[in-house]
Amino acid sequence: MADEIPDEFEDDEYEGVVKKFMFINRKAPYGSIYGHEMQETMLISAAFEQDVSVVFMDDGVFLIKKGHDTEAINIKNFSPTYRALEGYDIEKLYVEKESLDARGLTEDDLLVPVEVLGAAELGDLMETQDIIISA
Amino acid sequence: MKFGILVNEGPFNHQASDSAYQFTKAALGKGHEITRVFFYHDGVNNASSLSEPQSDDRNLVKLWSELGQENGVELIVCIAAGLRRGLKEENLAPGFEISGLGQLVGAGIDADRLVVFGD
Amino acid sequence: MILHTVNKSPYERSNLDSCLRVARDGSGILLLEDGVIAALATGTSAEALKSAQSGKSVYVLGPDLNARGLGDSDLVDGVKVIDYDGFVDLVAEYDTVQSWL
Repeated sequence: MADEIPDEFEDDEYEGVVKKFMFINRKAPYGSIYGHEMQETMLISAAFEQDVSVVFMDDGVFLIKKGHDTEAINIKNFSPTYRALEGYDIEKLYVEKESLDARGLTEDDLLVPVEVLGAAELGDLMETQDIIISA
Repeated sequence: MKFGILVNEGPFNHQASDSAYQFTKAALGKGHEITRVFFYHDGVNNASSLSEPQSDDRNLVKLWSELGQENGVELIVCIAAGLRRGLKEENLAPGFEISGLGQLVGAGIDADRLVVFGD
Repeated sequence: MILHTVNKSPYERSNLDSCLRVARDGSGILLLEDGVIAALATGTSAEALKSAQSGKSVYVLGPDLNARGLGDSDLVDGVKVIDYDGFVDLVAEYDTVQSWL
């Protein structure tokens, strides 16, 4: 993943352009690859020094749930990498409250610090973004 | 206006690629610019030169190839997603290029709008 | 404001519910692909879409309706049927797009 930090751009091709990118993760891990591949995209966006926010909602909250044990399903556990986001200056992580409540989860169940937002607040935050990528 | 297009699904399994194609075609027809079309997740399969759909149905790979070549639109296949799914230079349809996720982020930075088509 | 797109039937997936929960007044909602099924006047999402229209504009992609054997007369009142050109115009008119997949 980190080897993908792009070298195909001129160093200053996007210099100074900072857009608000929001990545919205709505799907559970392992039932599909979207969460894992979105994680790769988020890390690449960090290399472009954009203003990145990450949202986990609907079944996407399970992406950051503690305690993934994937040995018996033989799929790589990619959840630890969410702890590395901070090291890439991706610090704005949000979870929708309604999604947590509907699934009987709390912040204590999550493996990274997040800000919990109600649906309306999340909607307002989305409205401030330039680019929204979701899967 | 400049549009970036993200296609998350392959041809035929879902309507995403068709919807993306129709949108892109309409946007070009209206004089808009397409910054690039980025194929991610199973979307990389839209670039497979090995695709042989039935002759009485649309050939999405060919449609995208032609749209890209006739309009000078970049069709970018994510290298990592491509490798996972067996899309390499040797089986890439004309008009498609393999590149990194940076091109998707770049499209987001460069375009006025990014539209995502998926499942 | 955001143009929200919903491409799945409400009988298959709950992405319309998620969209309606989060979408703010002044935003637009476009139903396309299987999502057009949500606009049936006799369907389970009819009430939700009628309420949504008090603050948001709801659009339906005509080609997807027709493909599924549906027409304007099958739809909840007030939804606007558009074509792909109209879809392009909407994306230009709104500030950002959020695809509820």
